[in-house]
Amino acid sequence: MQVTSSVRPPLVTNGKKAKDVTNDICKQVEGKPSLAWIVAFTISVITLIYGGYCLWTTWYEGIGMWGLNKTIGWAWDITNFVWWVGIGHAGTLISAILLLFRQKWRTSINRAAEAMTIFAVLCAATFIIAHMGRPWCGHWVLPLPNTFGSLWQNFNSALMWDVFAISTYFTVSLVFWYVGLIPDFATIRERATGIRRSIYGALSMNWDGSAKTWSRYEAVSLVLAGVSTPLVLSVHTIVSMDFATSVIPGWHTTIFPPYFVAGAIFSGFAMVQTLMLITRVVYNLEDYITINHLESMNKVIVTTGSIVGVAYITEFFIAWYSGVPYESYAFINRAFGPYYWAYWAMMSCNVISPQLFWFKKVRTSILWTSILCIVVNIGMWFERFVIICTSLHRDFLPSSWSYFTPTMYDVGDYLFTFGLFFTLFLLFAKYFPVINMAEVKTIINSSSEKK
Amino acid sequence: MKENTKVYWKGLEELNQTEDFVKTAHNEFPEYLPLKSEDNAESGPDRRDFLKMLGFSVAAVTLAACEAPVKKAIPYVNKPEEIDPGIANYYATTYIDGSECLPVVVKTREGRPIKIEGNKLSSVYQGGTSVKAQASVLGLYDTARLAKPTIKGKSASWDKIDAEITSSLETIASAGGEIRIVTPSIYSPSTKRALSVFASKFPTAKHIQYDAISYYGILKANQITFGQYAVPSYDFSKADVIVSLGADFLGTWISPTEFARQYAATRKLSAKKKTMSRHYQFETGLSLTGSNADYRVGIKPSEEAAFVSELYNKLSSNKISVSSKKNDVLNKAATDLLNARGKSLVVSGSNDPSIQAVVNEINVILGNYGSTISFKNAYQTFQGNDEQMNTFVDELVAGTVKAVIFYGVNPVYDYYRGAEIEKVLKNTLLTVSFADRADETASLCTFIAPDSHYLESWNDAEPKIGFYSLAQPTIKNIFDTRQAQSSLLKWAGAPSDFYAFVKSTWTSSILNGQSWDKALHDGVLEPGISSTTVEPASNGLDVTAISTSFTKNYTAVNGIELKVYEKIGLGNGAQANNPWLQEFPDPISKATWDNYIALPISYAKEKGLEQGALVKVTNGKSSITLPVLIQPGQAKGTASIALGYGRSKSGKCGDGVGQNVFTWLKNVEGFISTNAGTVTIEPTGEVVKLALTQTHQTLMARPIIQDATLEEYKKNPSAGRFIPLVTNGDGKKVAPAELDIWKDQHHQPNHLWSMSIDLNSCIGCGACVIACQAENNVPVVGKKEVINAREMHWIRIDRYYSSEFEPKETGVYFDGDVVAMEDPSENPQVTFQPMMCQHCNHAPCETVCPVAATTHSSEGLNQMTYNRCIGTRYCANNCPYKVRRFNWFKYFDNGDMFDKNVTMNTSLGRMVLNPDVTVRSRGVMEKCSFCVQKIQEGKLKAKKEKRKIEDGEVQTACAASCATGAIVFGDYRDLNSQVYKERNEENKERTYTVLEELNVQPNVTYLTKIRNISKA
Repeated sequence: MQVTSSVRPPLVTNGKKAKDVTNDICKQVEGKPSLAWIVAFTISVITLIYGGYCLWTTWYEGIGMWGLNKTIGWAWDITNFVWWVGIGHAGTLISAILLLFRQKWRTSINRAAEAMTIFAVLCAATFIIAHMGRPWCGHWVLPLPNTFGSLWQNFNSALMWDVFAISTYFTVSLVFWYVGLIPDFATIRERATGIRRSIYGALSMNWDGSAKTWSRYEAVSLVLAGVSTPLVLSVHTIVSMDFATSVIPGWHTTIFPPYFVAGAIFSGFAMVQTLMLITRVVYNLEDYITINHLESMNKVIVTTGSIVGVAYITEFFIAWYSGVPYESYAFINRAFGPYYWAYWAMMSCNVISPQLFWFKKVRTSILWTSILCIVVNIGMWFERFVIICTSLHRDFLPSSWSYFTPTMYDVGDYLFTFGLFFTLFLLFAKYFPVINMAEVKTIINSSSEKK
Repeated sequence: MKENTKVYWKGLEELNQTEDFVKTAHNEFPEYLPLKSEDNAESGPDRRDFLKMLGFSVAAVTLAACEAPVKKAIPYVNKPEEIDPGIANYYATTYIDGSECLPVVVKTREGRPIKIEGNKLSSVYQGGTSVKAQASVLGLYDTARLAKPTIKGKSASWDKIDAEITSSLETIASAGGEIRIVTPSIYSPSTKRALSVFASKFPTAKHIQYDAISYYGILKANQITFGQYAVPSYDFSKADVIVSLGADFLGTWISPTEFARQYAATRKLSAKKKTMSRHYQFETGLSLTGSNADYRVGIKPSEEAAFVSELYNKLSSNKISVSSKKNDVLNKAATDLLNARGKSLVVSGSNDPSIQAVVNEINVILGNYGSTISFKNAYQTFQGNDEQMNTFVDELVAGTVKAVIFYGVNPVYDYYRGAEIEKVLKNTLLTVSFADRADETASLCTFIAPDSHYLESWNDAEPKIGFYSLAQPTIKNIFDTRQAQSSLLKWAGAPSDFYAFVKSTWTSSILNGQSWDKALHDGVLEPGISSTTVEPASNGLDVTAISTSFTKNYTAVNGIELKVYEKIGLGNGAQANNPWLQEFPDPISKATWDNYIALPISYAKEKGLEQGALVKVTNGKSSITLPVLIQPGQAKGTASIALGYGRSKSGKCGDGVGQNVFTWLKNVEGFISTNAGTVTIEPTGEVVKLALTQTHQTLMARPIIQDATLEEYKKNPSAGRFIPLVTNGDGKKVAPAELDIWKDQHHQPNHLWSMSIDLNSCIGCGACVIACQAENNVPVVGKKEVINAREMHWIRIDRYYSSEFEPKETGVYFDGDVVAMEDPSENPQVTFQPMMCQHCNHAPCETVCPVAATTHSSEGLNQMTYNRCIGTRYCANNCPYKVRRFNWFKYFDNGDMFDKNVTMNTSLGRMVLNPDVTVRSRGVMEKCSFCVQKIQEGKLKAKKEKRKIEDGEVQTACAASCATGAIVFGDYRDLNSQVYKERNEENKERTYTVLEELNVQPNVTYLTKIRNISKA
């Protein structure tokens, strides 16, 4: 029987003990894959293979397989890239910023959120390579020694900054995630036998569980959290500069950095919610990922969603207030031009729908949360599409105005990243502990419990 | 260490120093080796030779085992004196395509003609070229050309074909059988002579001339009015008022390249010249000429007579009694004409001799003969006689013609009675065609004796009386072809060397003692006509006869009246297999790769037809299916369809593109009319995509085109200018260029390559587009990719229509109806703007490239490094002018492209590539380079001669091809350069840069468009 306090409700329900935590989490890793997992994994791999075919064709034949044209040089490729990078924001935010703010509820979700971050950034990275006309020369964006003499990259280019921002973010996130996994691997190692014991032993890097090791572990976690925190803000700031530093009306906007960061957290949390809602049911983790967790995240969603909404309105206001003709037209065209449907899809998904989370009934409802989170992710995809495509399709000279229609390869390459993401996530969910056992164990004795 | 003094001997021979030993001691192997023959040991092969032979044999055997590579190019054994690899040679010759004749200079590299330039020595054209002339060089490398003569479709030798044709001709001639030679207008003195040689051998041979686009109406009218069967020369440069009744004189009518130059001269403005001509156009479809007019009125084909009568009645005391058309613009035109007597010009595009006779009389009343019109230098490029041709077809059908020779014509395709000819040709005893391919007519002929391409031939021309032009081969025959004149001479039993023949023609009757070599070098010879010749007097106008004819032939009808017309790119369709021309965007509609039915906006709205809707167009008994193109400016109640499409035997590229409407030309009282009568239009319900390179038509109230009226300009030379001001940190309004965070980043100490484009003299013809394509190896992408908006042209001509919904103030969108602004007016004002890389000094593309593949040169050029480009397309996205072009696919060595992008996919087509310009690979960005290869060539030449580069020495391909001189290119650092003067002296106030407010500081500037419209 768990005693609860209304002041500080327990983060893990149903009176779970440390042993229960170990059992509940490890049993997924140790048992045979469930039917649900096998079905999901098969679908993911099929999607990956189909997407891989489309991606291969795009690489083999050229970017012309997509629907791009002389006016619209980026559409689904960079939309998907920004979308995935945005999704990748939640993990680090949860593990770093919430760690610094001592939000203990994050411990149940940070592992999966970080894994999601890493996979999302990988998906984003495929578009960095795929969108290039000559992907085999992609390494030229890195300041590598070369045979061309002192041939440097162009450090003025926002794409160059992107390369650094995303590679740094990926590296730090990966290290942070892995460091967190080490004690849990050790736990699994201790329960495992045979080859599994060797593998998890190697993964746990001979973790010995001594006090000194724990102390170092916590120190490293804190340092990494400190390093990651500015990255949460910087990565999407820099991604937004791909647009903000250009001259294209609708791109050239100083509001972009904060607006993009808010949007990224918005979409990232929605994605974490979606994944967690499935995981907690499939893996019977309702006691670890509680309604309170969902509610907290929904609060973050409604906050960032409102920030994004304000940003949309501000853009429109500035377009009118500045009196810049091209800027005015770009925004009128967004709302009433040929891509009006994308704009209104974005407005309704991102601005209107999350406002429902002001109602406690909605934000504590699993059904509502799952629907709205998917809606938010669709909306955020449209946001990037609206910014990228509708700004480009009608810019300065009307003679070049054009329209973008996706081809099956645009769709296929997007599906590839879904295949990749879910394949990796399912492998993670099966073979890695989805919840940070070590950290959750520190919070099961919440302050409300009798000593 | 002590020196070892011991001596060792190899044998007793050495110790004893025997004679044999001493003799061979110096040899490496003093003993006998079996390699040398015993009897001649000294001269035989030794060991080294053996090894050499062994080595050679092994290498030879190894090499012989490999497949010997087929070398398509072999180096010169002896270098020809005039050819230096890497340096171009230029030869003057003459481009002749039916009635179009242009003196040109052909650029050859290592013996291959690769580019056509205008011949600046010609006083008529002054270096101007046309779209078709620019593209004609690709026709030389057309794989559809016949490689050998054919008999009944099978290849044969020249000897065989000559023997068979000669014997057949002789049999027919001896039996008195009629022989006909059908040609387009022949204005080559030597060819005329060759034809007469042929005719003297075969007296029954008769020469029939017909032009696919007939000008018989003008010829006949001049015969009636002046007793002269000729097309007079026109001088638009002397005209202050120009009234054109459907004559597209800037695009297709008579001699458009020449007229464009003359016309532009009257439209150019500067500090010293503030006058310009006023141009009225009354026409059915929107033509290039109509889109340049100050006043344009859409008229139905059936109203042509009414309008011309109305104009005549206003000017003359005699009246044509016909239900005349009251029109304010026509009244205004009449007033202007009267005020500009002797300095005006009225022309008509009609082929009706009655209308042309009235036009003649109007010009007589206005006193234009002798000033703007003259018979002294009459055109010889149009001699086609519709009545004669009609009789010929009658005779052919009746079977009285026994032998027919087609030279330069394709009547089965482009004559309205083509189907009849098609049926009876097989019954004719002897049918010969000189076509270079088995086209619609030639494929029905027994014999095809393929003519050489004009770049492989000797020829001459006299397009205007007194203006001669020579043509010389610039390459040896690529195929086993023979020029038609040689064939005719050969069959006539005369010496068939046409070079000698041309030379003798010139020496005997043209040169008048001048040097042949000089004439050949110059390409043109212009002795002219003595100025004392008087213009013929008019016989007056038979008003009653005209009235009767008009009443009979021009009755107002209900329904949609169809006008067929010629396109600037494809013309009469003879060059339909040229992919450059197929992908050339029509200057008005911007359509490529298809013809279409142009319908007025109001009609399309009324019937609910959208752009690209497929409709069944029925004219009498025949009907065709074509997509709809909604054409602003198309007169109400009319439709237009272009000729030159629907070829079935032109080659892989041209076959099946569009529909042929030559069959719909009408014979009205002996003349061929482009007024094709009424048609019915039924929607099929299907909608296709038209391959348009510009899909948005209006300016959207943006100061991209800055224009004013002449009256405003006279008061204020900077009228129409949009001067953007931005507020700086101190709250002051300043020009954008004064705000700069890039402190002197770019220096151009030596040269600053710049361009000035006059929107007043650019007529939008598009010759520059093809010139650029040829010069810079720009790929052709095909219809599908144009639909995908991926055409690769480095220069495009933006065409904007005015809209009824433009707000008074620039770029005020929040108050106006932005969606309505997208709709062009029913009869809009049209503006053309050539747009290519603006070579911004603060280029947005340069800063965003992550790998620095696009950078700024110290001469102001924005340069692309193709092999550094990784293809992120960020530069193209950030280009405000959208002039960057991406290689979406591999356009060379691409199986899907072989019939379209022939210049990079067939071994023959590749010969046209400019070796100075890289063929771009897949996945890289490309764009206009200001023809950097030409700049470099000019700089090196000047450097070798230790001098500064002269103004005009380096010309970009676009500037060089421009017939009107609208594009001026030069070095802005040269204070005497034309481009410097244009911006600082001649037209300072009119100069503007597009999107100045972005402060990208382009090196391309434009001059405001001034229209001669009066408010009153």
